[in-house]
Amino acid sequence: MSSDNLKKTPLNAAHRDLGGKMVDFGGWDMPVQYKAGVIEEHLRTRNHAGLFDVSHMGEIWVEGTDAIDFVNRLTTNDVTKLIDGQAQYSALTNENGGIVDDLLVYRFDCDKLLLVVNAGTTEKDWDWITSHKGDENVALINASADYCQIAVQGPDAIDILQKLTDTNLSEIKYYHFTTGRVDDVEAIISRTGYTGEDGFEVYANAKYAEQLWNKFLETGRYGEADGILPAGLAARNTLRLEAAMSLYGHELGDDITPLEANLGWITKLQKGDFIGREKLAKQKEEGVKRRIVGFEMKQPGIARDGYDVYIGSEKAGYVTSGSPAPFLKKNIGLAFVPVDSAGVGQELDIDVRGKRLKAEIVALPFYKREKRAAA
Amino acid sequence: MANIPENLRYTKDHEWVAVDGDTASLGITDYAQHSLGDVVYIDLPRVGDKFGAHEAFGSVESVKAVSEIFTPIAGEVIEVNDGLNDTPEKVNADPYGEAWFVKVKMDNPGEADALLSGEEYEEYLSNNG
Repeated sequence: MSSDNLKKTPLNAAHRDLGGKMVDFGGWDMPVQYKAGVIEEHLRTRNHAGLFDVSHMGEIWVEGTDAIDFVNRLTTNDVTKLIDGQAQYSALTNENGGIVDDLLVYRFDCDKLLLVVNAGTTEKDWDWITSHKGDENVALINASADYCQIAVQGPDAIDILQKLTDTNLSEIKYYHFTTGRVDDVEAIISRTGYTGEDGFEVYANAKYAEQLWNKFLETGRYGEADGILPAGLAARNTLRLEAAMSLYGHELGDDITPLEANLGWITKLQKGDFIGREKLAKQKEEGVKRRIVGFEMKQPGIARDGYDVYIGSEKAGYVTSGSPAPFLKKNIGLAFVPVDSAGVGQELDIDVRGKRLKAEIVALPFYKREKRAAA
Repeated sequence: MANIPENLRYTKDHEWVAVDGDTASLGITDYAQHSLGDVVYIDLPRVGDKFGAHEAFGSVESVKAVSEIFTPIAGEVIEVNDGLNDTPEKVNADPYGEAWFVKVKMDNPGEADALLSGEEYEEYLSNNG
């Protein structure tokens, strides 16, 4: 399979050297797993540390005196609530209240924001954001190609990263960040992640990608039974699914509103006007008709993305994400169901390649990490 | 390089067949388990189920993928390796031994002769793998 026409992160050679099984992920040549395999990569991240190349994500700077107002008008969460060094999870919405993308908004300063968007939607988001700039005093910069981004996740992540920086990591609260030096390289150090574990995402100039990647492996004792493991896209998906985190193109999409996707908590209707606010306020008032729920299989078998969900004999919805859960040792998933059948305990019948298998709605998240005792 | 025991017969769908009189044991090859990755679930038929040659009789699932398994020979299932789902990782660890899927009483014992030899399967892999 030729990867010639696929985009590559600066770590492409590193992935291949580590035995990465490369696949086409939204036009990017990325490792779905490495030698250890998805289950070991998943478990090692929960028990010790996993290392993830997320350099394919997009980075868009919004700078100028109107930066906050501009981004606040385009997103659902309230940007005015951020302080310097704080980030928030948010969504870009269209006029129908549908989700253009989910993203992180980082506030560096009152006139400097960084938007971190999904890899597969970077171009779409850039076009969306630039086309909605009116005469606000903002400069927009697509810096995606300039950055590498490496995530270190797991209970050992903080200890590993601390060995490589003078920044006191214990002072960085969850969803906060700082600029500092990692292995003497200038970096943004963010206490965020997509695994449900404690951990950090490190942004640096793309030219330092291999240096940082190899340093994380070395410092994390890659190769030892309790050392760091590089983890591919498959483990990234099973980890976020156990933590019930949404994935664009599955739980989120242009025709799905944040209220339907359980993201009411990032939808601040009271903050003032933003694109789609009117439709969302109406939907909130009338109530959503369908909702994302979590389910567990009750019969042997695995419900996968796209499978139809039945309630009794009626087709009622579909699976948005379904997979085995390596840590929980169950088969789980997220699905759209009608709102009046969305209660915990509701029985579902899922069409698994022609066979109807029983599942049950469970409370989310499926997995929640234990809080580490304060040092 | 995939492991291909000499005493077995093979198919282009990456199953192996061990013939013992008119009974055939079936499983998937080392190449197949490696392609799939960590196996998490195997959907097997029941004793008494009858299949024609090249029919899908079950599936092997990894975290990311579902792969149907085909019986290369017609027959009736006389034994099923039920315990395999307690330890699906055996399919990765011991695909030719402990991870046999079913034993089939062949309708036409001669059918197994038409399957690939170890050498032919190895050649098929190097041209198509």
